Amino acid sequence: MSKRFLALIAILVAGLVLVACGGGGASTAFECTDEIGCVEVAAGAPIRIASALVISGANADLGLDSQHGVEIAIEFKGDVLGHAVELQAEDDGCSAEGGQTAGQKIVSDPSIVAIIGTSCSGAGVPLAQIASDAGYAVVSPSNTSPALTDPDGAWKPGYLRTAHNDNVQGAAMADYVYNTLELTTAAAIHDGDPYTEGLANAFRVAFEEMGGTMVAFTAVNVGDTDMRPVLTSIAASAGGAPEFLFFPVFTAECAHLATQSLEVAGLENTARGAADGCFSAAAAEAIGSSTANLYISGPDLAFSGDTYTRFAEAYQTNYGSAPISVFHAHAFDATNMVFACIEQVAKESDGSLLIGRQDIRDCLYATENFTGITGNLTCNEYGDCADAKIAVYEIQDGDYVAIWP
Amino acid sequence: MRDRLAKLNLIDLFLWVARAAILAVILVGTIKTIISNPYSLRNWEDFIIFGIAQGSMYALIAIGYTLVYGVLQMINFAHGEFFMSGIFASTSAVAIPLANAGYLASHPIPSLLLIALTSILISVGISLLTERIAYRPLRYAPRLMPLITAIGASFFWQYYFRGLFGSQVIPFPDIPQLQGSLPFLHTQVLKTHVLVIFVTMVVLVALNFFISSTRPGKAIRAVAENKDVAALMGINVDRTISLTFATGAAMAGVAGMLYALVFQQVHFFMGFIPGIKAFTAAVLGGIGSIPGAAVGGLFLGLFESLGPSLFLQSLGIPAFNQLKDVIAFTMLVLVLIFRPQGIVGERLKEKKA
Repeated sequence: MSKRFLALIAILVAGLVLVACGGGGASTAFECTDEIGCVEVAAGAPIRIASALVISGANADLGLDSQHGVEIAIEFKGDVLGHAVELQAEDDGCSAEGGQTAGQKIVSDPSIVAIIGTSCSGAGVPLAQIASDAGYAVVSPSNTSPALTDPDGAWKPGYLRTAHNDNVQGAAMADYVYNTLELTTAAAIHDGDPYTEGLANAFRVAFEEMGGTMVAFTAVNVGDTDMRPVLTSIAASAGGAPEFLFFPVFTAECAHLATQSLEVAGLENTARGAADGCFSAAAAEAIGSSTANLYISGPDLAFSGDTYTRFAEAYQTNYGSAPISVFHAHAFDATNMVFACIEQVAKESDGSLLIGRQDIRDCLYATENFTGITGNLTCNEYGDCADAKIAVYEIQDGDYVAIWP
Repeated sequence: MRDRLAKLNLIDLFLWVARAAILAVILVGTIKTIISNPYSLRNWEDFIIFGIAQGSMYALIAIGYTLVYGVLQMINFAHGEFFMSGIFASTSAVAIPLANAGYLASHPIPSLLLIALTSILISVGISLLTERIAYRPLRYAPRLMPLITAIGASFFWQYYFRGLFGSQVIPFPDIPQLQGSLPFLHTQVLKTHVLVIFVTMVVLVALNFFISSTRPGKAIRAVAENKDVAALMGINVDRTISLTFATGAAMAGVAGMLYALVFQQVHFFMGFIPGIKAFTAAVLGGIGSIPGAAVGGLFLGLFESLGPSLFLQSLGIPAFNQLKDVIAFTMLVLVLIFRPQGIVGERLKEKKA
């Protein structure tokens, strides 16, 4: 019995040694000098990048839209240094668990050069951690939570984004409410997710700085449907019913809040506001006819230029509609930033490529005046690359129409 | 022996401290709220009406859990999916085409009846299919197996309906005649809430009549009492069990319709949380008891709606509304500590417990 056991162990160990030697032997064509590792792309093999965006569930429009941006960037680019580009599309589920799963799946594949994602900041926090530990570079086209590029918050080396930081969006919304709508009392509702809480908080800080008063700052749960009790307690706040109610949450809860806030006593004259988590064709449909007095902030989509014209045509041809959410252009720019850096740092030999992971990161952080659809991108040391422009929209007949600035 | 006694005492002590702490929080919070009184009478009436409306839906769904438990002593975790399937399919296939054709606005009553009927029929169909395929072959298997199968069935139906109608949130069409509200005491009650409460009452009375006074209802009760003896008395046990599932699913179908009217959106995952809540309501009221499910549902709805404002707000807890589920489940724990059989449940005999 024990002899057989020993023999088994011996065979297993021998197998391991063989595999290890074999692996070592195969990668001698190049010498990897990068401190956190390299990706080797054999001659004729594709360069692989991954996306981790929300492509299922109530917020699928948000992620699919970005994924379309990535796909169009790949299509426009064609080959990078003579290699085709292959996309592995994962789902971030718009949740911490989803980000965790997508992250683990991606980093278990050493042939992937960089990650475009995530859609939701809540998924971005675990994914940034996992990808950073594994040496990958992550560029998010859609995470906007201030915490993700805050070195004291959730920032991790290797994480960057082309979406705006919500400190900008919160301040823009506060500016619009205080100076344009001329309202002085407000309340905010988030759902505990880093994106929603970060944005509600950014709005609160900016609004109070301008001289406004926050009468309530509270939260609901993801998945809640009956918002009337929380709205009733906001209407009965000690400071009186707010003149403006800000709920930067995602599609389903946003639609419930938008519909039910019209029905709660005391909030009849309150203006309502939501943000880019509630900015998609599906969200407009879910909000339906409850659009009176509803203002939605998001990135300014008034893009122009030849590239954008081509982009919009390709989007229409490939997917049969105009862009369905807001971060398609940011995803296009993020993907092109990655391509530019691969071209810059890859070492070529006999048609195969060696890409250093630290080199890619350094190159991405050093991005300066990169011309994209969304503007001129310059990254700071914590990965905020956006040329952030925020607009405020109204929903008119199911379409988002920019009304400010 | 002494060791064991010492351990037991410690646990008992801990439980008593936990009970005392929960009660103290509730009492202190409530008294502080009553003293500071941040809400008007109208607000309180609103909270109560929201709670009753929400609780009515929980009650209707909870009936399905309690009926099946009464007959099979099995927790049918796919019941939330029976609720979802009916209204999700009915919204996509009936309500939206009717609304687009303008018929919903011009003839709201026949349209609503048609939508409700479709919802009920699909819920019942799905429940019968699940019972026949997933549960009946396991009727005499150990009790854990149908439970696991039920969870599997739940996933299956979620993703099946997602495949059929998509993963996006589908808005339920507006019905102009149901918009607005009616005056009541010091407040205004939404017409949809009036409809929810009225329909729930009618349905519960009808269900009570069905169970207590009709032959099939008597058969359900006989099978719940003792399957073998019921079979000896000439009752077709399999058919009666199917009937039990169908009755529960019909209630879920009605609840789905009401849910869509109040919340105006449906999606494939919408059955999960109401399902868990209704299960809680069934346990709260006393699982196996039909009045228990109704009472449990109402209590749960009221706890959720009143609880945060009644005793969390004045304790200075930030974002207290986010804790409404905590309140609901704490209430469940509390009821189970003081009355393990549930609010109106009977003490179960050894066999069923």
